[in-house]
Amino acid sequence: MSFLIRARKKISRFLKFFLKKKSARIGIYGPPNAGKTTLANRIVRDWTGDAVGPVSEIPHETRRARRKENITINGANGSTITIDIVDTPGVTTKIDYREFLEYGLDKEEAIVRAREATEGVAEAMHWLREDIDGVIYVLDSTLDPFMQVNIMMIGIIESRKLPVIIVANKIDLPDAAPARLKSAFPQHPVVPVSGLEGKNVENLYEQMTDYFG
Amino acid sequence: MAMLQGVQGVQIDLISEDRMARLTSMEKIRLILDDVKEGNIVVLEKGLAPEEASKLIELTMMEIKPDGFTGIEMETYPDQESMGGFSSFFTRLIGRKARSRLTVIGPANQLKMIKKEKDLISAWVSSR
Repeated sequence: MSFLIRARKKISRFLKFFLKKKSARIGIYGPPNAGKTTLANRIVRDWTGDAVGPVSEIPHETRRARRKENITINGANGSTITIDIVDTPGVTTKIDYREFLEYGLDKEEAIVRAREATEGVAEAMHWLREDIDGVIYVLDSTLDPFMQVNIMMIGIIESRKLPVIIVANKIDLPDAAPARLKSAFPQHPVVPVSGLEGKNVENLYEQMTDYFG
Repeated sequence: MAMLQGVQGVQIDLISEDRMARLTSMEKIRLILDDVKEGNIVVLEKGLAPEEASKLIELTMMEIKPDGFTGIEMETYPDQESMGGFSSFFTRLIGRKARSRLTVIGPANQLKMIKKEKDLISAWVSSR
């Protein structure tokens, strides 16, 4: 089995070299407030010194997909990949502007945020259908992984046959239970990480070079 | 919220696999969204295909309005593949697609999930 995987990767690299394929676009997906932008900033800062976007405790801070091009990542295994990172708005099936009032936004701001958030979710789904070559699916490892949106999104990603790495984020928090995510999604690699503190990100980079290379 | 001779309640539509199979993807999504926007609960004998679920999320977002429709709550069991074990391994080995399962969909402000396990979904429905 591993022989077949190695052979597939060699053929893929060979074809990329000759066909000069564009950088693979890796989408960072997940529910709101899972830490997608924090992780995207961590990855982009580690390899380019730049950042992707602002973060906030208020859900739906990221309401437009943002792409950072040509990020070259070196894994500890000696492999290297060059990818585009696409940070996407958190995917959900419901948005109520009143939720934002609890964070101190006034009604008008909350309504605008909700409208932009709905557009952002639709945009994220469109990117996934049209323009994404691989996915880092970010989950808050303190929460129930069987949330419906996760089941739906993993199903959508699998149906498109996209390679996916699941990141069990926020392992710096005391309630983190990354093992629960591993048992929930045994068919995919699950990497426990703290995007905020950078804990275990080297492991993620190694998986990325291995999986998306 | 449906009214039946002055009695308040919530309408529940149980839609068979056969009925859904006769519809196109967009007809299925329209049927679900129109029903849910009226305050009804929709129970599908067989869930949506991933591509249809993707379009349902997208269309739901486009229909959300301030002080109006706030989106959908949707629940289904985790598929067998997600639950791991030998059946999961076997499913991947033979390349069989995970089957979509019984699915309940309702307005986000009326349908709340109380408990969800791999083989049990417990939900609470309120009238508007």
